[in-house]
Amino acid sequence: MTKKIGTGTYVFQNPVEVCAFASIVGQKEKEGPLGKYFTKYSYDEYFKQDSFEKAESFMQKEVLNDVIQKEQISPQDIDFIFAGDLLNQCAGSNFSVRDTPVQFFGLYGACSTMAEGTILAAMTIDGDFAGRAIALTSSHFCSAERQFRFPLEYGSQRTPSSQWTVTGSGCVMLSKSQNKANPHIKDCCPGVVCDMGVTDMNNMGAAMAPAAALTIKRYFDDTKTKPSDYDLIVTGDLGCEGKEMLRILLKKDGISFGKEYDDCGTMIYDCENQDVHSGGSGCGCSASVLTAYILPNMIKKKYKEVLFITTGALMNPNTSLQGESIPGIAHLVHFSMNKGVN
Amino acid sequence: MEYIKAFVIGGLFCAIGQIFIDKTKLTPAKILVGYVVAGVILSAFGIYQHIADFAGAGASVPLTGFGHTLATSVKEAVDQHGLLGAFTGGLSGTAGGITAAIVFGTAVALIFKPHKK
Repeated sequence: MTKKIGTGTYVFQNPVEVCAFASIVGQKEKEGPLGKYFTKYSYDEYFKQDSFEKAESFMQKEVLNDVIQKEQISPQDIDFIFAGDLLNQCAGSNFSVRDTPVQFFGLYGACSTMAEGTILAAMTIDGDFAGRAIALTSSHFCSAERQFRFPLEYGSQRTPSSQWTVTGSGCVMLSKSQNKANPHIKDCCPGVVCDMGVTDMNNMGAAMAPAAALTIKRYFDDTKTKPSDYDLIVTGDLGCEGKEMLRILLKKDGISFGKEYDDCGTMIYDCENQDVHSGGSGCGCSASVLTAYILPNMIKKKYKEVLFITTGALMNPNTSLQGESIPGIAHLVHFSMNKGVN
Repeated sequence: MEYIKAFVIGGLFCAIGQIFIDKTKLTPAKILVGYVVAGVILSAFGIYQHIADFAGAGASVPLTGFGHTLATSVKEAVDQHGLLGAFTGGLSGTAGGITAAIVFGTAVALIFKPHKK
């Protein structure tokens, strides 16, 4: 009955279905290469709220309500919400769910939160603790600048290598398998914290790439699969530099990525023309790309087997100022259109 | 000509700051403090006064100019009040600038809301 294979890949025995999902983004994301996939967006970075923090919670509330409506259920039919964001004390999530009477777990996985929440939600369903569970996350450029760099009011210059935090939110609702036309979660590989001593807060791609390489290597070893077995392998927010670094690191391990590999941070923006330097980052980056682009394209049969690896840089501004290095983490989820029980 | 001098010298200070941001890992806060200290040092060696005489606002508006004002005010206060001036001179001399920054900063914060870049 063991669900664990190898070093720590977990195969779900009761297929878990992604029954509903929703996304919302801001202007820059809407104007980016994936713009046409983002059906819900706002050109007002306040989302008609008083503060950026309220705007972030508003985005989460919107996508949460969207999935509840799409499933035509009431909040009482949901067992758990796993949600997190980048703000102190996960305030964005705490405030977004305060009007929703559902058992709540707040997560902090930095930008890895989407896969982290999805893994935990899927495990509760496979373990028969839940019939329906939700993974929810968000990030907002303006609130993240205040949290990690400088408040926008300060008008500071940005360092060129720093990534651009995505303004966006994504939500997936998981349930026991009912509809085989929906994507399913077959297995997952939770990450281990990996710190290679990178101290530059403006180069988080470099801090996260080794963690991503480690999780990916473990997953391929555990499942005895190779990159070409998947239609799309996508990392969360390594950005232009981190993406290349991951390819190099994996090559050393004998894993070479072809054109099936991409990174949400480089997909969501046009790095050349949108002045975003290294690409997008933030919880909302992988969350919005997953829910607006990847999952819908799986339903359209463009992708059948997808590895979704979200990457997080687990520092806080104080540890970085104190000279600490940046621990990275990467969680992997395998989405599949092939429902078959493992 | 006055304007051109101010533009070139002021712009040069800013360009140096931009190079620090682009090419080093210094945070903007460290660069700002560095500029103030550099102004104090250049002023102490009598160099900044020449730059200020040449460039006018181009030298007094950047943060190095603030450092220069700190240094010259301390010098004057020490001449007048002795050692105590070393403690009082800096802030009295720059009080106008500091208060203006607080007043205008508050006023602008009341009128405008920040937006994304």
